[in-house]
Amino acid sequence: MRVNKKGAVAIAALIAGSMLGLAGCSGQAASEPKKTTSGTLTVWVDADRARALKDVAAEFQKDKGIKVDLVVKDYGKIQQDFTAQVPTGKGPDLTIGGHDWTGGFVQDGVIAPVELGDKASQFEKVALQAVTYDGKTYGLPYAIENIAILRNTKLADSTPATFDEMIAAGEKAGTKYPFLVGQDPQGSDPYHLYPFQTSFGNSVFAQNADGSYDASKLTIGDAAGEKFATWLGSQGDKGTKVINLNLSQDLAKEAFLAGEAPYFLSGPWNVADAQAKGIDVAVDPIPSAGGETAAPFAGVQTFFLSAKSKNALAATDFLVNYIATEDVQTALYKAGGRPPALTTAYQAAQSDPIIAGFGKVGENAVPMPSIPQMGSVWDDWGKTEAAIIKGSDPVSSWQKMTSNIEAKLK
Amino acid sequence: MTAPLLEHEPEKVEVDAATRRRRKRAAAIAEAASAGWKVWLVKIVLLGVIDALVIYAMLALIAQGNWLVPVVIGAVTLLVNVIYLKPGLLPAKYLTPGLIFLVVFQIFVVVYSGYIAFTNYGSGHNSTKDDAVSALLLQSQTRVDDSPTYPIRVLERDGSFYLLTTDPDTGAFEVGGDDKPLEAVDGATADGAPGFTTLDFGAIVQNQDAIGALSVPLTDDPNDGFLKTTDGSNAYLFTSTLHWDPDADTMTDTKTGVVYHDDGRGAFTADDGTQLLPGWQVWVGFDNFVRAFTDSSIRGPFFSVLIWTFVFAILSVATTFVLGLFLAIVFNDPRMKSKKFYRVIMILPYAFPGFLSALVWAGMYNQDFGFINQVLFGGASIPWLQDPLLAKFAILLTNLWLGYPYMFLVCTGAIQSIPEDIQEAGRVDGASVWQIFRHIKFPLLLVSVAPLLISSFAFNFNNFNLIYMLTGGGPRMADASINVGQTDILISMVYKVAFVGADRDYGLASAFSIIIFVLVALISYLSFRQTKTLEELN
Repeated sequence: MRVNKKGAVAIAALIAGSMLGLAGCSGQAASEPKKTTSGTLTVWVDADRARALKDVAAEFQKDKGIKVDLVVKDYGKIQQDFTAQVPTGKGPDLTIGGHDWTGGFVQDGVIAPVELGDKASQFEKVALQAVTYDGKTYGLPYAIENIAILRNTKLADSTPATFDEMIAAGEKAGTKYPFLVGQDPQGSDPYHLYPFQTSFGNSVFAQNADGSYDASKLTIGDAAGEKFATWLGSQGDKGTKVINLNLSQDLAKEAFLAGEAPYFLSGPWNVADAQAKGIDVAVDPIPSAGGETAAPFAGVQTFFLSAKSKNALAATDFLVNYIATEDVQTALYKAGGRPPALTTAYQAAQSDPIIAGFGKVGENAVPMPSIPQMGSVWDDWGKTEAAIIKGSDPVSSWQKMTSNIEAKLK
Repeated sequence: MTAPLLEHEPEKVEVDAATRRRRKRAAAIAEAASAGWKVWLVKIVLLGVIDALVIYAMLALIAQGNWLVPVVIGAVTLLVNVIYLKPGLLPAKYLTPGLIFLVVFQIFVVVYSGYIAFTNYGSGHNSTKDDAVSALLLQSQTRVDDSPTYPIRVLERDGSFYLLTTDPDTGAFEVGGDDKPLEAVDGATADGAPGFTTLDFGAIVQNQDAIGALSVPLTDDPNDGFLKTTDGSNAYLFTSTLHWDPDADTMTDTKTGVVYHDDGRGAFTADDGTQLLPGWQVWVGFDNFVRAFTDSSIRGPFFSVLIWTFVFAILSVATTFVLGLFLAIVFNDPRMKSKKFYRVIMILPYAFPGFLSALVWAGMYNQDFGFINQVLFGGASIPWLQDPLLAKFAILLTNLWLGYPYMFLVCTGAIQSIPEDIQEAGRVDGASVWQIFRHIKFPLLLVSVAPLLISSFAFNFNNFNLIYMLTGGGPRMADASINVGQTDILISMVYKVAFVGADRDYGLASAFSIIIFVLVALISYLSFRQTKTLEELN
């Protein structure tokens, strides 16, 4: 009995502690909406972007008296958290993201169109195409990215124009691998293999006159697509084994950094690491496997505006008149190494040979389709490519994939 | 309540100086605790702090327009006060904190998952109907092709807002508001109009909800479109393709004339079945459960995943238990040298974080670059993680490595607690080593270990880390409409349905979790009942 009272005291202390914690939480929650009405823009960014945007945020606060709160988020979590939090009213006003999230965001009703006004014409065409969905611009583009051939200049002095010549040149270099492309044993990597697919004259959807995709016309299953599938099989386990499913993105990068291959099909995100390892990297066009131009997908980094933002006017003002300026776009480019989306900043960045290399490949690039069904398209596409590389019959697998995707798009 | 314990212990334990000191200290604390007013003071201060914080939290929540949560918090706090201030109520004094945490962290989560399982929450059904309507209207506004930009000023009169703009053709200054088409105003300039106040940016920002919602018809004909400003300094000419009729509860496409009705399933649907998305969350009853068991493209994968989950959990427990028990017996043999050293080595796999080990194993299984194929099999190309059967084997092997140290620890403890004299009696009676193990050690062991085997089963039933990190559920099932693989267990399938890919279905995922909950609860109940009979036997 005597000890019990001590126990009670300890428990009371425990409760006090927990209540303190709870009260702390609710205190924060309570002060948030107050902030928004008195003028705070909440922007979700990743760490690199946060650094690049600090100055412009301060400038906006000075000019307009509205605080810009840059909340650093893990990029991989943004899409899901944004979809979940916007409906509760606790989401941010603006967030960064990939343009291919647009379709899903629109279907969930979490983003609002951003009227770029006259600014629209000052962006690169591909960037503007990418953020346009259903005829409206959702978001403001700030960077364009696409893949290209990273060449180790010590091991090869040029990248030939065709795939077979490149492999021959790679084998002549005497390294462990003639050519590297990151794969996944379960789902291959249709994004990285797409340039070869387009070089056979195939594309996932039919293209409109302006080059964008018409998601209502699936063309992946045409004769050119089957030709690509046959080629893919010939490069897989039963053929040359140049494309190896077990060589993951990490392993491929590691091999390139170790100087084990002259050619690496990858994006701007791997250039800095290679240079840090002392590899002199050149960026070259992707060789054609099927005779036509190898055109990769373009991904466009975008600022999205929340549909439930209580600061829509201020947020739009911040985007159109502050982010869409050459200085800010250049600062964002310097932080991320990806070519900016605003034409003047884009042209200024071309003085860097790496950016110019990616830019040259990007001239042929078409924005990744952003329709919400794209998720299941990627799924079937990757699964089938993996099966073909492993050695199943290319043409029949490809046909089966096409009918599966068709069924899902309906 | 604890007094009897204190009385029993001293008789068994040899009393050394340290124990005596500790006991003295405990007695002193107990003495101090019963000192009356001091305890009450501490109690009242702590409860006071809690109450103050709770009142603050309640006020803050009420200020946000939230009513249910403050009422619940207030009621709970009142109860806590009663329990700790009223003499007696001893069990409640002990149990209350635990119960509060149980409700917050367990019951609430379970109940909420249960609730979600009966809704269509997921992609395209993400929020409320009001949100869906406003999102649809927002999305249906299209800027008129090649229309000019209208530079504007925001004006205010009698609490309503107006836009002042310059007619691009005539150059006249025109003012318009909600349902008041633009018209020229005498004496207006580019910066203001008589009788109106011009708002600066700060004022615009303060009223941006109202100003953002302002749509000024260009003319009397609504088909000419309306001006809207998105940044407070420019306006653009928009037309809307959807018309919302709140009374009839319909959306009408003004271009095609198609009428979309609320179909009661959380979306506006036309007569021909086309849906307008976004929709909203609605209660769908047992739909998700029905789908899980009847939709053939879900049912097939679901049952094969269910079977594999049982196989995985049972075999994981069995293999780790057998190996752990074997090692425990071996290392408990008095003839074994350097036992302590070996025991430390044995426990190492248990000391690493499980997800890390799983990642390392995944790397070792790589078909072309992994340690197992390259070193152990001399460069063979065995598709460990790509062949359905081998992948299952690889998972069980990894889980054996991860799990046997636990069983080893538990069995070592249990074996050491079996009295030596029983075994000796067996030996004297001429029982063989195997007979002693089979008829004496093992049944006694099971009494203490069986509940742990059950909890180990429940743990492995939901062993998400291992599956997710090692195979990610792959290799993929080719014919499934949901994204599942051959080695997915129920919980990793739930994760995929809810969070992976573009089509997220939280409702279906929650329904699966409820099924998992029921299964684990049922199995645990049955096995614990079984264990009880085992205990009574002894």
